[in-house]
Amino acid sequence: MENWKDTVEIITQEGQIAVPYTWWVGDTGSRFLMALRDEKKILANRCSECGKVYVPPRKNCGQCFVDIDDWTEVGPEGTVETFTIVHFNYPVQPVKAPFAYVLVKLDGADVSLLHLVRDDIEKLGKGSRVVARFSENRTGSILDIDSFQVIEGK
Amino acid sequence: MNDVAIAGVAQTGHESRKDNMIYADMVFDVVTSALEDAGLTLDDIDSVVTVSNDFLDGRTISGMAVGDASGGQDKNISTVEGDGTFGAFYGLMRVLSGYGASIVVAHSKGSECDIRYVTNGMFDPIYQRLLGIEAISASAMQAGEYMQRYGVSEEQLAAVSVKNHGNARNNPYAHLPMDISIDDVMKSRPIADPLKKLDCGPVSDGAAAIIIASPEIAAKATSTPVWVKGVAHCAEDYMIGDRDLAVPVALKDAARRAYDMAGIKNPAEELDLVELYDAFSYMEPLWLEGLGLAEAGKGMSLLEKGVTTMEGSLPVNPSGGVLSSHPVLVAGLVRIIESVLQLRGQAGERQVKNATSALAHGINGPCGQSHCVWILNKDK
Ligand SMILES: [Zn+2]
Repeated sequence: MENWKDTVEIITQEGQIAVPYTWWVGDTGSRFLMALRDEKKILANRCSECGKVYVPPRKNCGQCFVDIDDWTEVGPEGTVETFTIVHFNYPVQPVKAPFAYVLVKLDGADVSLLHLVRDDIEKLGKGSRVVARFSENRTGSILDIDSFQVIEGK
Repeated sequence: MNDVAIAGVAQTGHESRKDNMIYADMVFDVVTSALEDAGLTLDDIDSVVTVSNDFLDGRTISGMAVGDASGGQDKNISTVEGDGTFGAFYGLMRVLSGYGASIVVAHSKGSECDIRYVTNGMFDPIYQRLLGIEAISASAMQAGEYMQRYGVSEEQLAAVSVKNHGNARNNPYAHLPMDISIDDVMKSRPIADPLKKLDCGPVSDGAAAIIIASPEIAAKATSTPVWVKGVAHCAEDYMIGDRDLAVPVALKDAARRAYDMAGIKNPAEELDLVELYDAFSYMEPLWLEGLGLAEAGKGMSLLEKGVTTMEGSLPVNPSGGVLSSHPVLVAGLVRIIESVLQLRGQAGERQVKNATSALAHGINGPCGQSHCVWILNKDK
């Protein structure tokens, strides 16, 4: 049987799904992002049932299934729970590889915040102490924290 | 659970670029082959579940685009956006609720998009997605957490890649059958530490279909039925920072429920093989721990003692697993199909001797946020 590729040219069609979204971040999310933008503070909230301190803050505790309304400030320092040094690039990443993703347990929080480390990535380890560095131009986004910096000697 | 059988199975070969088939062609191919395998016709089928992802396919309501090709004309057809094991769960529930037989068919072509955009899209758009996080980097953090917690080394994990790519050499459907060494894995390109190229499954094009049938329809089929003895799925927190990534609690829950349903007391003794969703090398030992087949942190010891090799008492991923073929969404259904082929004694060169009971496993969400566990048996 002859190869179909000998008789037919392979034609492809390029395209993308490009749908603009405008997500309402909610009152809890707005309060968190306003604090990042206006005060360079990282807000969290505490479930009154289980006592867990969530960051980013949540409207409800999924474990206890109750509303959360007890605000607190966490960080800006924290401890690296786990990390990875990324060696590849694609356009959604806000920084050029190599850089690191970290899950940081901010001081005072019970869950880890996902963020990134740009500098001194070779010094990162589990248990490393890091501190949030805020962006100069803050717009009310998670990227108002530019990155986390490794605290030397810890 | 009432008796339900898997009466037919089919898969395409899995490969990097299927340029001779569009989605619908792949779906038509495996549905036709699964019916043929079962010795049934579309007249015996009254329920169709397709499995697809709109972002992977680049079209909304992607299930409807394969409605005709899946045999869904004039039938009750629906779609699951998630792994094939979860689609199969839906197909099973329909049979348990009175339908005669469900076709469950999954398709994906990783070659036609950049999968990193798709997996970035599963993360929270406000707090995580802008960071560029996607499945590989998130999994790398889970691997790091697991290794740190229990003192597991990269060389140890590399042995999983060696075993599974090696097993794939006996599987004519596998994308990457390879004869490699631990050194090859260690020297492969760093992707996201500690994951290197050969710690990561490929992204494959492929499709798969199964027919889940009531005992009445299974009796009409000419194939040897394989019986569903237990099945469960469980999920944990959405935000990866809320989870202990080194302890797969959702898998523990799902496994316990599936074992209970199947009446399994000692899975290590009672199972003859396991097909699990090893998208990355570290997942095999971690999921074995979640399945209760190894203690926390001791998942690697099973391979090191030879238990999970083809010659061992509990071969894991005789097919070569997801490390050697990763059509996203399809891969979980392929775990069920491999288990069926093994239990029928039709697994060719990779046949596990005297296999009567098998476990098939699929995952959904970042770092195994949810798990689906199937216990299958040769006997009713
Ligand atoms: Zn709570």
